Amino acid sequence: MDVYISDILLNAPFEIVVLTALIVLVLESTRGTRPNISSWTSIGGLSLAAVAALTNLGASVETFGGMLQSGGFANYYGALFCISAVMTILFSRNYFERQNYHRGEAYILLLFATLGMMVIAASNDLIMIFLGIELMSICLYVLAGLFRHRDRSNEASLKYFLLGAFATGFLLYGIALIYGSTGTTNIASIRTAFPHVSHDLLFLTGSGLLLAGFAFKIAAVPFHMWAPDVYEGSPTPISGFMSTGAKAAAFAALIAVFSRVFGPSENAVHQIIALIAAASMIAGNVVALAQSNLKRLLAYSSIAHAGYMLVGLAAGTADGQIGVMYYLAVYALMNLGAFGIIGALETENDQNLQMDDYAGLSEREPVLAACMAVFLFGLAGFPPLAGFFGKYYVFLAAVKARLLWLAVIGVLASLMSAYYYLRIIVFMYFEKTKAESVPISVPMSVRWTVIFCAVLVLLFGLFPSVIVQTVLRVLF
Amino acid sequence: MISASLLSMTIFLPLAAAAVILLFIPKENVLFVKYAGLGGTFITFFFSLFLYFGYDSAAGGFQFHQKIQWIPNLDISYHIGIDGLSLLLILLTTFLTPLALLGTWNSIQVRIKEYTIMVLLLEVGMLGVFASLDLFLFYIFWEAMLIPMYFIIGLWGGPNRIYAAVKFFIYTLSGSLLMLVAILSLGYFASTLPQGHYTSNLLELYRIAPMIPPDWQMWMFLAFGLSFAIKVPLWPFHTWLPDAHVEAPTAGSVLLAGVLLKMGTYGFIRFNIPLFTDAALRAVPYVCTLAVIGILYGALVAMVQTDIKKLVAYSSVSHMGFVVLGIFSMTEEGMQGAVIQMINHGLSTGALFLLVGMIYDRTHTRLISDYGGVAKLMPVFAACFLIVSLSSIGLPGLNGFIGEFMILFGAFQSPFLGTHAYTVFAALGIILSAVYMLWMYQRVMVGPVRQNALYGGHHLNDLSRREICVLVPVLIFIVWIGVYPKTFLRLSAPLAKQTIERVESIKMGEKINFTELRNVR
Repeated sequence: MDVYISDILLNAPFEIVVLTALIVLVLESTRGTRPNISSWTSIGGLSLAAVAALTNLGASVETFGGMLQSGGFANYYGALFCISAVMTILFSRNYFERQNYHRGEAYILLLFATLGMMVIAASNDLIMIFLGIELMSICLYVLAGLFRHRDRSNEASLKYFLLGAFATGFLLYGIALIYGSTGTTNIASIRTAFPHVSHDLLFLTGSGLLLAGFAFKIAAVPFHMWAPDVYEGSPTPISGFMSTGAKAAAFAALIAVFSRVFGPSENAVHQIIALIAAASMIAGNVVALAQSNLKRLLAYSSIAHAGYMLVGLAAGTADGQIGVMYYLAVYALMNLGAFGIIGALETENDQNLQMDDYAGLSEREPVLAACMAVFLFGLAGFPPLAGFFGKYYVFLAAVKARLLWLAVIGVLASLMSAYYYLRIIVFMYFEKTKAESVPISVPMSVRWTVIFCAVLVLLFGLFPSVIVQTVLRVLF
Repeated sequence: MISASLLSMTIFLPLAAAAVILLFIPKENVLFVKYAGLGGTFITFFFSLFLYFGYDSAAGGFQFHQKIQWIPNLDISYHIGIDGLSLLLILLTTFLTPLALLGTWNSIQVRIKEYTIMVLLLEVGMLGVFASLDLFLFYIFWEAMLIPMYFIIGLWGGPNRIYAAVKFFIYTLSGSLLMLVAILSLGYFASTLPQGHYTSNLLELYRIAPMIPPDWQMWMFLAFGLSFAIKVPLWPFHTWLPDAHVEAPTAGSVLLAGVLLKMGTYGFIRFNIPLFTDAALRAVPYVCTLAVIGILYGALVAMVQTDIKKLVAYSSVSHMGFVVLGIFSMTEEGMQGAVIQMINHGLSTGALFLLVGMIYDRTHTRLISDYGGVAKLMPVFAACFLIVSLSSIGLPGLNGFIGEFMILFGAFQSPFLGTHAYTVFAALGIILSAVYMLWMYQRVMVGPVRQNALYGGHHLNDLSRREICVLVPVLIFIVWIGVYPKTFLRLSAPLAKQTIERVESIKMGEKINFTELRNVR
């Protein structure tokens, strides 16, 4: 296999992230842990990678002998992952310091996890997808258990690892079956072979297993059981990263495999995706209604959001893909922001995470409360915030694909979700501060990151075309 | 160019004022915040006057058009424009908002900055709803407006405010989310036509609407209709209203009753009837039955209320029933009467809530049984209250009469209702309204002065100069519409005529062959 200079140039974002990760790794291992230097180096490298990705949003080109598909599609996701990672690090710095656990290794793991996600989004081969998922997941297993001395964190890590390993098994078995029926793992070749194998039991079983593996990664019902415990037990900014970055990566893989291979034709896989979507929207929102721990609540809400996004995939059309890609970007902003605020207000030993701890927050922290309200209204899908247009687009795709029932379930599920998002706002704005609540000082870097997210949520809601046009350019 | 963006400027002026207050005025400087808010709403009012004088009512139709591409691949644009109906409601909004702020000048004591900003944002939402000619844009304003109202009730409301705020929010949302699906389906339908594409442009949808197959029409009519019925509120979807009204602060109640409820009836006229005419015709008996039940039920429940504000709230259910009856009588008179009654209700109920708020500020009670003989202590207040009550009852010479008369006239001669029973029962509602309003007036205003701890000890001051300034403009319009309604009727006449012509043409059976149309594709 020949490797050309152009391949290396086209994949610049990857190389920047790899280099940064290696530099941080060397720094950490030779000089003892220096979290400050490590974190800023990581932020610098990731920002550079994000810029590199954003400057190349053109058509996709096959590189490295058809293993990768570099260009717009990969870079759109690449930028999304890098920006999510930068925000996660900005939140983590302060968070780990206050939890008395500030070490550089977290950033190395974050960098490698980001790299794994980028590989997934750029794969043009099932094996590459598998490699990317493993790279991402193994880093995330460790990140979940970063607080070695806490039972919750250990539980999260172990649970994530065991169930994740199981899902990986599904994934690999699915790939094997698809290989068995088509004789290739290259996605483009599978697509060419699709008309001949579309009713082949081996191929369909393989696709089903693949779907199950991906559904685990995006935490869709019925493969969602790990999410609440893992999100609750992991360090808060890491939970945010898992719920946005890891989810977006798995969605990139879903689009790459299912939309590219199956196309818009009506078939069993799309029906199954529609059912998973409906189940996720309903189950996620119903269970979230009963939560009082905010991390757990957002975990269930993220299950529901996976459902909304799957609606776009169930449609199987270009509209659906555009909707999902828009949704992923704005969902990352909203959810990272929300987890960032929760992390900033969390005190030692998982305290200050209950809903009633937020009573009167608007008096104590007016800016953070306002931003939180923006994220929550956005997640609930309220115009003119960005979450609304995401839902509009995926439901539009569903209606156009004659899945009206799915759109109706979707809006009814959103109605339910409005209730629990509003409850947090009720506590923040309408309740009085509790006497025993501890004052918390939130550093400026966290504040500005949160404000930045909130402003973007508003702007992308008012001008969704900015993202939509980019996505259109990348996809076609 | 100026005239093209005049409408946009009117809509977004309150937003600019809110931004200035948010960014530049410290919250300690309470008076400055109040003046900035009041100034912003006043300037908005003056801008809307330019719209009034610039609008060519002889020509009719949508004027002050502005269309800017927004999301090109879905044919969504920032598309606004107003016809006579929109203009009237925009004027009502810009007129009531400054009065609501001025009328509650001293009632709000905490978080005044946030309060002023919320009222301004609410105004933006209301104006936007009335001016949108794009369903996506309409939906954004329609929903976005819930957020400030939610905060107004929840932050500055009465003891049960959280329950009322959440109920208001969830209730309204449940209706509008189904409307969203209908909006999507409507756009999708446009894309299934030959050479069609997905669109949310209202004028384009008006053109293709008659081609929508009847069963689709019915579902979409129901989805839009539920959303509007909740907002109006049509019986049995009214239960959020008494809670929201009683708990909301005075300005919230004024704007809720004065403007927000009109958005429901506006929606019926703007969307349900012209878009889904066939379904609307089939729905006439059902909707009118609900309207008449609402008229009687609202009046009867109002009669037994012990809380003045709750009484006024239930009277709204009754009065809005009239408006719906007028609209669905599908006659020009009925439609015209409904439009004028929307304005009337905004003025008189708005004024009633202001008056209740004024006396509540003094005594901190709204129970009818706590009052008695107020007229002796506050003669000016009692006089204003009497005029507004009479207007609400529908005394000839005041505004209420015109609207109710035209609605009953329309319902009586409507070819779609088939029976005069609707008119008979609706007329009964007017009698009941006299009963509950006058009975309340009698118990509160006349009779011996109550000697209780609430206000027996100290003297009740009559209205201040500020409060009179708030009420006089409303009273002027109450008399104006009562004596010379033509000023306002001429604005809504073309729309009423046009809508009824559309209805007639559908009724005449210009049936379109749907299967043929579908097959072209």
